[in-house]
Amino acid sequence: MSGLELRNICKNFGSTNVIRNLSLDVVPGEFLTLLGPSGCGKSTLLRIIAGLELQDEGSVAIGGRAVDGLRPKRRDVAMVFQSYALYPHMSVARNLAIPLLMRRLNTLQRLPVFSAFVPGTAAKKAEIASEVARIAKSIGIDHLLDRKPSQLSGGQRQRVAVGRAMVRQPAVFLMDEPLSNLDAKLRVQMRAEIKELHQRLGVTFIYVTHDQVEAMTLSDRVAVMLDGELLQVAPPQEIYTNPHDRRVAEFVGSPKINMIDVKVREGGLAKIGGQVLPLEFDAKQDTLTIGIRPEAFRLTDSRDPNSLSSIVRLIEHMGSDLFVHVDLSGVPDPVIARLPAWSSHIAPGSSLHLRITTEQVLLFSKDGKRLKPQASVTPLRGLVR
Amino acid sequence: MRRLRLAESLVACALAAPGLFLLVALFILPVAGVLVIAFTDWQFGAASLNFVGLKNFTEIFADAAFRKALANTMLYTAIVVPGTIVLGLAVALAIESGQTMRAFYRAVHFLPYMATLAAMAITWEALLHPTIGLVNQVLTAAGLPTANWLRDERTVLPVLAIIGIWQNLGFAMVLFLAGLTAIPRDLYDAADVDGIDFWFDRFRLITLPMLGPVLMFVVIVVALHGLEIFDTVQTLTQGGPNHASDVLLYTLYRESFQYLRTGYGAAVTVVFLMIVVALTLIQTRIMDRKVHYQ
Repeated sequence: MSGLELRNICKNFGSTNVIRNLSLDVVPGEFLTLLGPSGCGKSTLLRIIAGLELQDEGSVAIGGRAVDGLRPKRRDVAMVFQSYALYPHMSVARNLAIPLLMRRLNTLQRLPVFSAFVPGTAAKKAEIASEVARIAKSIGIDHLLDRKPSQLSGGQRQRVAVGRAMVRQPAVFLMDEPLSNLDAKLRVQMRAEIKELHQRLGVTFIYVTHDQVEAMTLSDRVAVMLDGELLQVAPPQEIYTNPHDRRVAEFVGSPKINMIDVKVREGGLAKIGGQVLPLEFDAKQDTLTIGIRPEAFRLTDSRDPNSLSSIVRLIEHMGSDLFVHVDLSGVPDPVIARLPAWSSHIAPGSSLHLRITTEQVLLFSKDGKRLKPQASVTPLRGLVR
Repeated sequence: MRRLRLAESLVACALAAPGLFLLVALFILPVAGVLVIAFTDWQFGAASLNFVGLKNFTEIFADAAFRKALANTMLYTAIVVPGTIVLGLAVALAIESGQTMRAFYRAVHFLPYMATLAAMAITWEALLHPTIGLVNQVLTAAGLPTANWLRDERTVLPVLAIIGIWQNLGFAMVLFLAGLTAIPRDLYDAADVDGIDFWFDRFRLITLPMLGPVLMFVVIVVALHGLEIFDTVQTLTQGGPNHASDVLLYTLYRESFQYLRTGYGAAVTVVFLMIVVALTLIQTRIMDRKVHYQ
C-alpha cells in the first residue's frame, strides 16, 4: 500500500494562481476527498497527481517515491474520469484490457496483424483476457463484455470506468467527480459501491467532488479546498462540527449555516434579536460573526427567558424535518432553522419562539478565522435580559 | 381515425411535393433523358433520331481511346485519394498540435480549394514550363534530370494527379481538423494514464478510429472529385499527348460538344454514372461496417 505526499505544490495558468503552495499527506489506504466548489483547483490537483498536468513548483511522491518527472503510466495510479472517458470504438472487454495490453505487450506484440507472428503473444493475451473476465465478474459487468460503451446505461459505463481503473491494481485510485453524471438514485447506489470497493481493495483513494454529501459519506478525511488553498483537512464529522474557517463552515452543511454579524459590547456581550449573549474569547474584537447551524435552534415558548422571537417566512417540508425560514428581530437576513416535523402548528406569518443551543454555536472573527476560546460561548446560565 | 390518417397523408404529400418536384425536374428527368439518348444516334441540333439499341455502348468499349480514358481516370483517382487523405491528415495533425498561427496555416492550405482551378492551372503551366518554368530550373540547379512535364506521356498523368492532390488537400484538411477538435480531450488523458502515450499508439488506437466517420466522408467526396477530373485536363493538356491524359469527362465533353455526337456522349455519361454510383455504394458498404459512429 502506498500513501501520497504533496509538498508546496504551485500551479499557474497564465497569471491565474490555480493552486497556491499546497501541501498534503495522504496515509496509505486512506479514502481522502478533495471537496470544493467548481474552479477551486481540486481537479487540477488531481491531474497533477496523475501526471496529466505538471506543477510549476513543488513535488509529488507516491509510496515514498518522487514521481515528478514520470509520465502518468509510470506513476502507478489509475483514474476514473467525470465523463468516464471510455474508448467509444472499443468493446467493454477491450476497454478493460487496454491498460494491461499497453503494459505487458511490447511494441511488436501490440501491432494488429504482425503480432500473430511474435512468440508469446497469444499466451499473454489469454492471461489478460482471463484477468479482465475476473474483474468484470467482480463488479458485475461480465455480461456486458461484448458491448460498446454507447450501448450501456450511465451506471454500467461508470462500472466499466471503475473496472478499467481496477484491472491494473494501481497503488492509488484517482476519481474525478465520478458520480456527477448519474441521476440521483443511481448516485446513492454507486456511492455505496465505491465505498465498498475501497474497503475491499484497501488501497489509497483520492476522490474529487463538489458534493458535500459524497465527501461526508465516503471519506476517511475531507480536504476542503477553496481558491487553490487547502482550508482544512479533517475527518468529516470534525469538518462539520469544528471548522477552522468561516468558508469551510459555509461550504459544508445543508441548509447553509446561518451567519449573523454582531457587535461586541462591554464585558464580552453580544446581542442577537434584542437579546444579549455573553461571550468568552481571548482576542480583542469589536465585531464578529456568529455561526449557527440550522439544527442548533430549538423550539421554545414565550415564557422561556432565553427565547428569540421571530416571524415565519416560509416552510420547507423535508419529511423527517422542517426547514423554517424566519425573520429574527434585529437581524437583517432571514435565518433557517431545522425543526422536527411534528412542529406542525407552524404557519407562514405566525410568530415563533426559538432558542439557540449554545454548545453548537461557532464564532468567527472579521477575517473569517474561527475563534476558539475555552468554550465558544458560555453556557446559557449567563444569558441576561 | 381514418379521416385523420388521410389528412396526415395529404399534409405529408404537400410537404414533400416541392422537394420531390425539384428532384424530378433537376435530376431524375435529365438522367432519364440521358438514358434514352444513349440508345439513339441523335446528334445535337439534328431534327430526327433513330433508336440504335446498344450500338453506342459496343462502340464505346471497342474504342481504344475510351478504354484509355477510363484507365486514366481510375489511375488518377487511385493516386489522388490516398495522396489527399495522407497529406490532408498529416497537415491537420500538424496544425492541431501547433500552438501558433493556426488560422494562418488553415487558410493557406485551404486557399487552393477555394481558388478557381482553371485560373490556377495557368500558374501551374508557368511553373511546369520546360525551359523557363521554376520546377525545371530548380531541378537543373540541383543537378537533377528535368522533363517536359505536361507534354511527356509518362509524366503528364502523375503531374495532373499532384495538382489534384494540391487542390483537394485543403478540403480534406478542414474536415479532418473539425473531426480532430471533436475528439474529447478526456480520451487522450485516459489514454495517457492507461499507457497509450507513444504517438503511433495514440494515432492508431484513438485518433484514427475516432476520425472514422470523417474519414469515410472525405474518401467518398475526394474519390468523386477524382472521377470528375476535367478542368486541369481541359486547360493544360486537352487529353494529350497521345491520349495519355484523356479522362472520362474530357471524352464526354469532346464527343458531345465538339463532335456533337450526343448519343455517343450520353452513353459515356451512363457508364460514368454507373461507375460513380457503384464505387460509392461499395465504399459505403465496406466502410460502414468498420466505422464507429458515436
